[in-house]
Amino acid sequence: MARIESEVGTPQGGFMKWIDDRFPFTATMKYHVTEYYASKNFNFWYVFGVLSMFVLVMQFISGIFLTMNYKPDAAEAFASVEYIMRDVEWGWLIRYMHSTGASFMFIVVFLHMFRAMLYGSYRKPRELLWIIGMMIFFALMAEAFAGYLLPWGQMSYWGAQVIISLFGAIPFIGDALVEIIRGDYSISDITLNRFFALHVIVIPLALIALVFVHIVALHEVGSSNPDGIEIKNKKGPDGIPLDGVAFHPYHTAKDLVAIIIFLMFFSAVMFFAPDLGGYFLEHANFEPANMQVTPEHIAPIWYFTPFYAILRAVPNKLWGTILFAAAVMLPIFLPWLDRSRVSSIRYRGWIYKMALTLFVVSFISLGWLGMQPAEQIYVVWARIFAVMYFAFFLLMPYYTAIDKTKPVPDRVVYHG
Amino acid sequence: MTEDVDRNRRHFLAVATAVTGGAGIAMVAIPFLASLKPSARAQAQGAPVEVPIGSLEPGEMIRIVWRGKLVFVLRRSEEMLERLSATTEFLRDPDSEEVEQQPEYAVNQHRSVKPEFLVLEAACTHLGCIPLSQFDVSPAENWFGGFYCPCHGSRFDLAGRVYKGVPAPTNLRVPPYRFLQNDVILIGIDNTGAA
Amino acid sequence: MGKFMKSITCLVVLMIGASAFAASGEIELEKSGNDPGNTASLQRGARNFMSYCAGCHSAIYVRYKSIARDLELNEEQLIDNLMFNAERPFETIQASMPASDAARWFGRAPPDMSLMARAKGTDYIYNFLRGFYLDPDSPTGVDNLHLSGTSMPNVLWELQGYQRAVFVAGEADEAGTAPHVFDGFESVTTGTMSAKEFDEFVRDTVNFLEYISEPIRRTRRVLGVWVLLFLSFFLFVSWKLYKDIWKDVPK
Repeated sequence: MARIESEVGTPQGGFMKWIDDRFPFTATMKYHVTEYYASKNFNFWYVFGVLSMFVLVMQFISGIFLTMNYKPDAAEAFASVEYIMRDVEWGWLIRYMHSTGASFMFIVVFLHMFRAMLYGSYRKPRELLWIIGMMIFFALMAEAFAGYLLPWGQMSYWGAQVIISLFGAIPFIGDALVEIIRGDYSISDITLNRFFALHVIVIPLALIALVFVHIVALHEVGSSNPDGIEIKNKKGPDGIPLDGVAFHPYHTAKDLVAIIIFLMFFSAVMFFAPDLGGYFLEHANFEPANMQVTPEHIAPIWYFTPFYAILRAVPNKLWGTILFAAAVMLPIFLPWLDRSRVSSIRYRGWIYKMALTLFVVSFISLGWLGMQPAEQIYVVWARIFAVMYFAFFLLMPYYTAIDKTKPVPDRVVYHG
Repeated sequence: MTEDVDRNRRHFLAVATAVTGGAGIAMVAIPFLASLKPSARAQAQGAPVEVPIGSLEPGEMIRIVWRGKLVFVLRRSEEMLERLSATTEFLRDPDSEEVEQQPEYAVNQHRSVKPEFLVLEAACTHLGCIPLSQFDVSPAENWFGGFYCPCHGSRFDLAGRVYKGVPAPTNLRVPPYRFLQNDVILIGIDNTGAA
Repeated sequence: MGKFMKSITCLVVLMIGASAFAASGEIELEKSGNDPGNTASLQRGARNFMSYCAGCHSAIYVRYKSIARDLELNEEQLIDNLMFNAERPFETIQASMPASDAARWFGRAPPDMSLMARAKGTDYIYNFLRGFYLDPDSPTGVDNLHLSGTSMPNVLWELQGYQRAVFVAGEADEAGTAPHVFDGFESVTTGTMSAKEFDEFVRDTVNFLEYISEPIRRTRRVLGVWVLLFLSFFLFVSWKLYKDIWKDVPK
């Protein structure tokens, strides 16, 4: 305290010194930005973390502007969305940005998670980082689910009906729980109102907190790299990792390019095909919710369909729900399921490469099957792929332990 | 480090990127800010209002709503119009020089198209309260009838002109209006187009 | 990109391609072939809609004023040709028939048309409007090939004339019941329009419905081109900067 008092009013050091004496601004910037060293051989897969954050900010901004005109009221919600689309100046742009953003959020987050599986980013010492990331994923699913009810279209209504009914499968408390979630005996105005609160306040606050913690944890352990080695183990005389380059300006310059390329894809969809043939905005959702008519063919929005296909593949309500939840949760345990000596796909053997390929095949196939009508042929295939999906995780301790690995270099290397 | 770096080139590229990015952000900000303007529905609801005034007796005033704002329509009697000359010396802006407070056609002593009919927005120019109509005269207090704002005591005469020494800075506002027929006025639109 | 990455990418592309083949057992829909960029067609469609549809069907999110702006009509043309149910241009399209009466007369209120093209697709509406055929068992005298049991009467019969649907017995299934298979329409009476003119009439109407389902469509496409051009320029500049800055980093 005495030090601060003696310096108050003295011009030396200038404005930044005045700030730094009261708030660690320069130190924080150094630690997290200008002197945070990340591997110099990051490839394509390493941009999706930044992109997830970018989309999150876009969703926050467009979302705030949507709340200024949206009405969380069963009698007015659908009309208020059309009001935004037609009567509010530029409202259509803001709404499409938000609806397209929701799908792109899951695209970049899925790719970000897949990156971790490719290069073993979840492995020691990044287990907690991975778990926090999974929690962000759960929060995003909840956020997307709550948000999907808000337009109050047919798909909003019946999608919510189906998913909320899942909780009814829980023994003893299921029915009571479903009533508490809905706040009514069916999905109603009351449900819409509380989902609005969840979507615009509760879950976004949780997301901000989780993303903050995710980044703090990342900067504590340091970013992984495509070779799955620790760059901190090889430092130069100045204490800087030999294979690391500062986040700013090196990675920021690279990330800016990534963001612009991302925006080009994003704009291509938003301006030329905002429904993306019914995948991003479902056709049935252009009809207002009608509790007396279920649409002929109901499917959740595409990013939920892999898990939804697993749910539908099980002919028992309780077990369907359990496997659905298990499919979503299982990736949490990856750090302990993976027994390989190496982290990166570059040095793993053919068994893991094949397992990961089958995993991708099963995940995409389940996603496709989840959109198909509930006919026997699709259910059979969904069972086959569900087994593949679970086998990838449950057999991992065995096949990663016996998989032949290649020697890992000391320093990072570049692949074409 | 390995190659010679052209500092000028790098500086130029950094500035070019920053300027382009800044322009991009500014362009994105436009639709977001524009979305805050009154929407098509607000404009539709704020559309001009037709007011029949044929049944108004001299000295009678009606209140109507345009764009969610109260508007007074007063039919002044001959005697009331005569009182307008009596107030001049007590007024801040007797000749309606404050351009924004009325359309051009209301820049006159009676502040209206036809002397008889006064159309005024009923919002005190101080802080927006609704003035009360007090048409009785008490010359002892230099009061020749007009409008009195109960919030902070601002006073206006029978043409909505503000008295000196009150908190309200300007005359009451005259909305754009025109006569559709002799006994019907349209508030919110005049011969030059919509307000 | 490594070999593994390449094979994964190929796989994903293949699978997304494969998912596009989703067969459907329903009656095949003819393509509507409408073009929302054709203003003349939209103007004709607007007139058709107001003359034949707006008696029963509302389009409550659509303002007359915005139609005039987008379809390049002046206020006089708008009032004379389109505004039969409205007094002022900023009003939205309401049906002349009150919804409660409609529900009593037809069993259910005619649906709002604002978003029909986005909900059902233009092909469906194009085929639906051409799909009415005589059915003596129906209270309206007609049924529809694409929405069996519809309570909508064939309001376009004067233009199209009446037609009969020809069904033939299809292949019998295991239980021995042969399904009815649709085998084309047969004209019973001729209307005031030839078949080709009527198709054009319906196409214009569908075009208008597509337009009102998303009035901003044309604008967003034009804007999208500019946005992509801007981003391309931005990409060029930032790529140069990125390459320059990374000269510092030894490979």
